[in-house]
Amino acid sequence: MRILVVGGGTAGTIVANNLARRLTAETRAGKVRITLLSASDRHMYQPGLLYVAFGHMTPDQLYRDEASLLEPNIDFHVDPVTKFNLDKNQVLTAGGKTHDYDILVIATGSRMVPEETPGLNEGAEFFYTEASAVKMFKRLREFQGGKVVVAVGVPHKCPIAPVEVMFMLHDYFTARGIRDKVQLKYHYPIGRIHTIENVAIWAKPEFARIGVETETLFNIKEVDVKNKILKSEEDTEVPYDLLIVIPAHRGMEVLERDNLGEGGWIPTDRFSLAMKGRDNVYVVGDTTNLPVSKTGSAAHFQAETLAENIASIVKIGAPVRDYDGKVYCFIEAGHDRATYAMFNYQNPPDLKPPSKPMHWFKLSYNQMYWTSVRGLL
Amino acid sequence: MSEMRIIDARDTFCPGPLMELISYMKRASVGDEFELLSTDKGSINDIPEWIKKVGHEMLSSEQVDGVWHIKVRKAK
Repeated sequence: MRILVVGGGTAGTIVANNLARRLTAETRAGKVRITLLSASDRHMYQPGLLYVAFGHMTPDQLYRDEASLLEPNIDFHVDPVTKFNLDKNQVLTAGGKTHDYDILVIATGSRMVPEETPGLNEGAEFFYTEASAVKMFKRLREFQGGKVVVAVGVPHKCPIAPVEVMFMLHDYFTARGIRDKVQLKYHYPIGRIHTIENVAIWAKPEFARIGVETETLFNIKEVDVKNKILKSEEDTEVPYDLLIVIPAHRGMEVLERDNLGEGGWIPTDRFSLAMKGRDNVYVVGDTTNLPVSKTGSAAHFQAETLAENIASIVKIGAPVRDYDGKVYCFIEAGHDRATYAMFNYQNPPDLKPPSKPMHWFKLSYNQMYWTSVRGLL
Repeated sequence: MSEMRIIDARDTFCPGPLMELISYMKRASVGDEFELLSTDKGSINDIPEWIKKVGHEMLSSEQVDGVWHIKVRKAK
């Protein structure tokens, strides 16, 4: 049995490690081979980018060598896939290799696409890549006052980030002693300030308390860079001195090129995580088209479920459980406080009041992630 | 006119039905039609509100066995 995992991010790494541990005897006996293909030899803790953007972490703290995170019975190659040939159960790589498989797991993640919105790359700051997070921090450092506009593209990764960045902006400018010179304005695509109703209900008075203005039903259309104006699909405009955007995302280009899914999101069964129309192809993490948050925790819970199921398919010929839609997101709430949102397909999140211990837990998790991605936590 | 496409946003709290619809509408062409399935009772208000504000077209909405079926057309 040849199991091929494509993608060395959170989902792919957890799937590979869980499989390797569950199928130790089978790999040792040569009955199962687990191969992981990644585009990079480094693994990034992506939630740390928000801390980089505010100077709380430096980029080097976000990385580990991917090989150091993997079980020894995983056949790991840094060689990105350039072609998915699902009818032949094959993928081709940039290095010119062909990998045949019996079971394929696609976990290639997502990427921000600010270039698809006129003026956005030139006019806005982001924190979804190392370079953009560092650049945003430098812009914040030099900012001496004025109107900071935050806006949100759709779809985007880490749906809590828009709320968190407002609290962090308030704390950052307060610490620099210039909060009274800074106007914070938050824009959100739907008719409330967060898509999760309980988060919106909680955040509204919190935003009022720290002086954040809000505008809803605002979808980014374009940026007039010269005049520093952000325009919406709803025909409204907002001037800015500093524009921070949570940019829209897409799946990886190779998936669109090979017609695996519109926008690079692969049609996926919400319970089995199988690619629709394929029995031996599974999809996890941001890559799915599921109506589930594109976040590391969803990737984590999907990966655990899928690894257990693939191992069971190897051992008993059938999967053992469904993915229930579970997501757990920390929410940094400013003033060294945090809370969390946990939910699944059936149960909405029930937010608890923010607390300092939850913030410390989040800071601890920033380190515990490396245990988590090894499939141990 | 293109074929009506289904967006299954049942039992989702994040990103939620309207966010799902916005994602699909962004990638669609003028004239494309979608049928959004939602179990969120708020959808019956917030989706028409957004459709009207942005200038798209509401075609219909009905509830069948606890699921809202909301049909829209991209108009611009």
